[in-house]
Amino acid sequence: MKKTGGWRLATGASSGADATGTLEPGRWALVRSAVDTAPASRTTAARDGASAAPTSNLRPAASHCFHCSEPLNGSTLTARIHGRDEPVCCAGCLAVAELIAGAGLDDFYRFRTAPSARPDADALEEDAWAAYERPDVADRFVTRKGELNTVALLVEGLRCAACAWLIDRVVSRMPGVRKFDINAATGRAYVEFDSEALNLGQLLRTIAQLGYRPYPASDEAVAKVRQEERRSALKRLAVATFGMMQVMMFAVADYAAVLGGETMDPQLASYFRLVSLLVATPVMLYAGKPFFLNAYSNIRARTVGMDVPVSVALLLAFVASTWNTFTGIGEVYFDSITMFVFFLTLGRFVEMSARHATTAVTDALTRHLPPMAHRMHSGEVQDVPSVALSHGDVVLVRRGEIVPADGVIIEGDTSLDEALLTGESTPVRRAVGANVSAGTLNLQTPIRVRVTAIGEETLLSGIVRMLRRAQSQKPAIAQAADRAAAKFLRYVLLAAGAVCAIWLAVDPSRAFEATLAVLVVACPCAFSIAMPSALAAATGALARHGVLVTNADAVESLSRVDRVVFDKTGTLTRGEVRLQKCTQLGSVPVAECLRIATALERMSEHPIARAFADAAASSHDADTYRVTNVRVAPGRGIEGEVNGRRYRLGRADYVAELRHDNKADSVADEPFATVTLGGEREALAEFTFSDTLRDDAPAAVEVLHALGIETEILSGDVPSAVSQVAQRCGIRTFSARQSPEQKLQHVQARQASGAHVAMIGDGINDAPVLGAAHVSIAMGRGAALAHAAADIVLIAEHMTALPRAIETARRTMRIARQNLAWAAGYNFCALPIAALGLVPPWAAALGMSLSSIAVIMNARRAARATKDAGSGNGTRRGTGAAGAAGSRHSALTRHAAAATARSTAAVARQNALASAATPQPPAT
Amino acid sequence: MSILFVLIPLTLILVAFGLWAFFWAVGNGQFDDLETPAWEVLVDDEPRDHDAEIVAKRE
Repeated sequence: MKKTGGWRLATGASSGADATGTLEPGRWALVRSAVDTAPASRTTAARDGASAAPTSNLRPAASHCFHCSEPLNGSTLTARIHGRDEPVCCAGCLAVAELIAGAGLDDFYRFRTAPSARPDADALEEDAWAAYERPDVADRFVTRKGELNTVALLVEGLRCAACAWLIDRVVSRMPGVRKFDINAATGRAYVEFDSEALNLGQLLRTIAQLGYRPYPASDEAVAKVRQEERRSALKRLAVATFGMMQVMMFAVADYAAVLGGETMDPQLASYFRLVSLLVATPVMLYAGKPFFLNAYSNIRARTVGMDVPVSVALLLAFVASTWNTFTGIGEVYFDSITMFVFFLTLGRFVEMSARHATTAVTDALTRHLPPMAHRMHSGEVQDVPSVALSHGDVVLVRRGEIVPADGVIIEGDTSLDEALLTGESTPVRRAVGANVSAGTLNLQTPIRVRVTAIGEETLLSGIVRMLRRAQSQKPAIAQAADRAAAKFLRYVLLAAGAVCAIWLAVDPSRAFEATLAVLVVACPCAFSIAMPSALAAATGALARHGVLVTNADAVESLSRVDRVVFDKTGTLTRGEVRLQKCTQLGSVPVAECLRIATALERMSEHPIARAFADAAASSHDADTYRVTNVRVAPGRGIEGEVNGRRYRLGRADYVAELRHDNKADSVADEPFATVTLGGEREALAEFTFSDTLRDDAPAAVEVLHALGIETEILSGDVPSAVSQVAQRCGIRTFSARQSPEQKLQHVQARQASGAHVAMIGDGINDAPVLGAAHVSIAMGRGAALAHAAADIVLIAEHMTALPRAIETARRTMRIARQNLAWAAGYNFCALPIAALGLVPPWAAALGMSLSSIAVIMNARRAARATKDAGSGNGTRRGTGAAGAAGSRHSALTRHAAAATARSTAAVARQNALASAATPQPPAT
Repeated sequence: MSILFVLIPLTLILVAFGLWAFFWAVGNGQFDDLETPAWEVLVDDEPRDHDAEIVAKRE
C-alpha cells in the first residue's frame, strides 16, 4: 500500500488526485530519477497536487507530433493528453493518442523513452483481423487446454518499455484475458485467454488499435529451443559457480597449511577431500556434460576439437583425485577441476548470448502472409486458410490484398507492390503468365493466380531460411581461430604424451602432475573465446545504439571500411514523398487544384497519393468532392470526374492528351518529381514533390570524413535532386540516374581499386549492389527483405549511429586482436614451463582461468560507450594473420549470400536484372 | 575443530537449497526477460474498490 500510495501521487498529478500527505521523499526520488529527465516543473506540480500537466520524459519539440515525434508539417490536429492539447501530425496518431488517453493510460507518454511508431492510418481503418476470428484460422496459432487458450504473439513497433506497459494495461483489461506477458526486448507476448469470451481476431485488433502491429508467432518452435538453451546454460553455470566456490573454500585451507609450513589434521584433511569430491561430482557430471558429449562426438568423427584435451584433462584429474581421496595418498585436484569447468561454462554462455541477440530480426519476415485465401472451386469463391492451399489451386487476389502463395497469373492484369521482396515502392506491372510471389500486394485489379509453391517452398520462406542460416554461422574470423586452435590441440595432445613418457623415464612420481599441467595450461580456451567475447560485447553495445548486426562477419568487415556509398532515397533522406510546391498553370486557384487532385488521388494506391492526403489533412479541407468514372493508366496517371468535370492527373503528356494538345505544359525539367493536373480545356497546376533530408545526415557524413572514410552517393534519382542532397551533406562524389547494373559495376570498380566498401540502401532494389559490397547496411524502415540481405540494420532512425558503429567495430577488432595475441602468447610461454614440471596443476588451472578472465574483461571494453564520435581519428588499421584468414573466408560466404540475393532480385524483376543475376555456385 | 563436521554439511545443504531456488527461478522464466520487469515497479495498480476502502478506513 505504501508503494501504491507514493506512486499514485506521482502519477496522479494529471487528475489532481489525492493526498499530498503520503508522499515519501525516497520513493519520489526513485520515481523521478526513473521517469523524468527534466524534473523541476514536475516536482512542483506534484508537490502542489495541482492539475498542471506534467512534463513528459520524452517530450517532442512543439513543432513535432506529440505521439510519433515526426514533424507536424502544418497539421493542426490536437489530442488531449494529461489535460493539455498536444499537437499530432496525422489522423492515425490522433486516433491512437485519443485511445490511449481515453483509457486513462496517459502515463504511457511519461514512461516512454523513445517516440512511438507512426501508425498507419489505413491499417487502423481496414480490418485485417476478421480472418483470425474464424476458429479454423485461429487454431493454427492457438494451443487449447479446455477453455483456456494460449497464443504467442510478436508485436512490431515496440520502442521502449512503456510500449510494453501500455499494451499490457490494455490487453489485461480485456474480458476473457487470464494472463498476459510481454517482453519489451524481443516484442514477444504470451496470452492466455478464455475462448468463450474472446477470440484471436479481437485480441489482435485491440493491439493494432494502439498503433502497434501484432502477428501470431509462427516460429514458436525456434524461440522455445532458444529459451531452453539459455535456461539450461544458466543452470549449468550456476552449478559450476556454486561448486567452484565451495571446493575453493576447502582448497584454501589446504594451501594455507602448506604456506604456513604446518600440516593439517589428517582426519580433517581427508574429510575435506571427501566433501570436495562430493561437490565436484555434480560439477563434472552436470556442468561438464556438454564438454564430454562434444569430445565424444569429436572422437567418433575422428577430429580433435577444443573439448577433447579438456575432457581428457578433466577425466584424468577427476579419476586420479577420486582414487587419491579413497587411498589417502597423493594430491587431489578438485579445485582445479571445478575452476576449469566454471570458466569454460562461462565462456560458452557469453558466446551463446551473443548468438541469440542477433536472431530477432528474422521474425519480422515470417509475418507477412495473409491468414486467409480465396480459393476458386468450380466457379465459386471459397475462403480457406492459406495453409490449406495446395499446388495447382487457383486463388483470387482482390485489389488491396496480399498474394498468399507463389504462383502464375492466369487471369487479370495488374500492378503489384513488391516492396516486401525488393524494397521498390514503385508498383510493378504483372500480366497473364507472369510470376507472382507470396507477400506481394495487389494494387489494382483482381487477379487469379495458379499456385505453384506454398509454405516453405515460397521465395519468402527461402529468404527467411537463408537469413537464419547466416545468423547461426560462426564469424569467419572466429572459425579461423577455432581451426588454428584445433591444429594446436593435436600438438598439445602429442606434447602431453611426450612429456608423460619423458617424465616416466626421469622421475615417475612427477609424471602425472606434469602431464596434467601441460594439458590444462595448453588448453586454448582463452584463444577461442578471444573473438566471440569481443564480438558479443560489441554487438550488444551496437544493438543498444540501434544498430543491429545480422551477419556474424559484419563487425570485422565494418572495421575495415574506408568508403561508404549511400543510396539516396530513404538513407540520407527520409524516404517519404512530401508535397513541396504547387504551381498554378491555368485559371483555377492553387487551393482548388489541390482539392481536386486530392480527391482524384484518393482513388489511387500510388505512393504520391499519400502525399496528397497528408497535404490535404494539414490544410483541413472538408472532403466534399465526389469522384466518379475513375480510370487508372498505370505508369502515366489517373483520370476521373470530379463534381461532374473530367480531369487528369499524372505525367504532363498524359494530361495534355485530354485536351487534345501535343504540347505538354511543364515548368520543371524533372518528370519524376512532378505531376500535372489538367482539365478538358487547360492545364491547371503542377505539383512538385520532394523528399526531406534527415536532420543528422550532414553531421554523420562529417564524422565519417573525420574517421578517414570517403563518402559517395549512387542514386537512381534525377541529377538535380541528387546534387542538392550531396551538396547539403557535404558529399563531393555522386552519380545520378544509376541503374542497378551501373551501381553494381561502380561498386565493383571501387573494390577492384582496393577500397573496402560499405553500401547503405533502404531496399533490395539494389540487391546486387548490397550483395557485392563488403558490408551492406539497411535502414530499419526499409523493406523487410532488405534486412534479409543486409549485414547490418540501422534500427535507430538517425544516421549518426553509422559512424559510431564503424568506430565501435574498429575498437572491437583492435581488442579482439589484443586478446588473440595475449592468449596465444600465454599458451606458448606457459607450455614449456609446465612441461618441465614447474607448474602444479592448481597453478595451471589458475593461470588458464586468469588468462580467460583477462580476455573477457578486455572484451568488455568493446562495449564502452563512445564519448566523442570523432575520437577514432587516426585509428591504427593493422590486420593480423587471423584477420587475413578471416577475410578470405568471409569473401566466400559473402559470395554465396550475394548469389542468393541476386537470384531473389532476379525472380522478383525477371527481365530488368537478368544480366546482373549471373548464378554463382554456392560456397560450402 | 569438530564443529566443522556439522557446519560443512550444513553449508552443503544451504548451497543445495540455493541451487534448487535458482533452478526453480530459471524454470519459472525469471531470467528470460531482464528488462521489462524493472519498469513494473513504477507502474501503479488499478485503483480498486478494495484500496478505496482502506483509504476510507484510515481517514
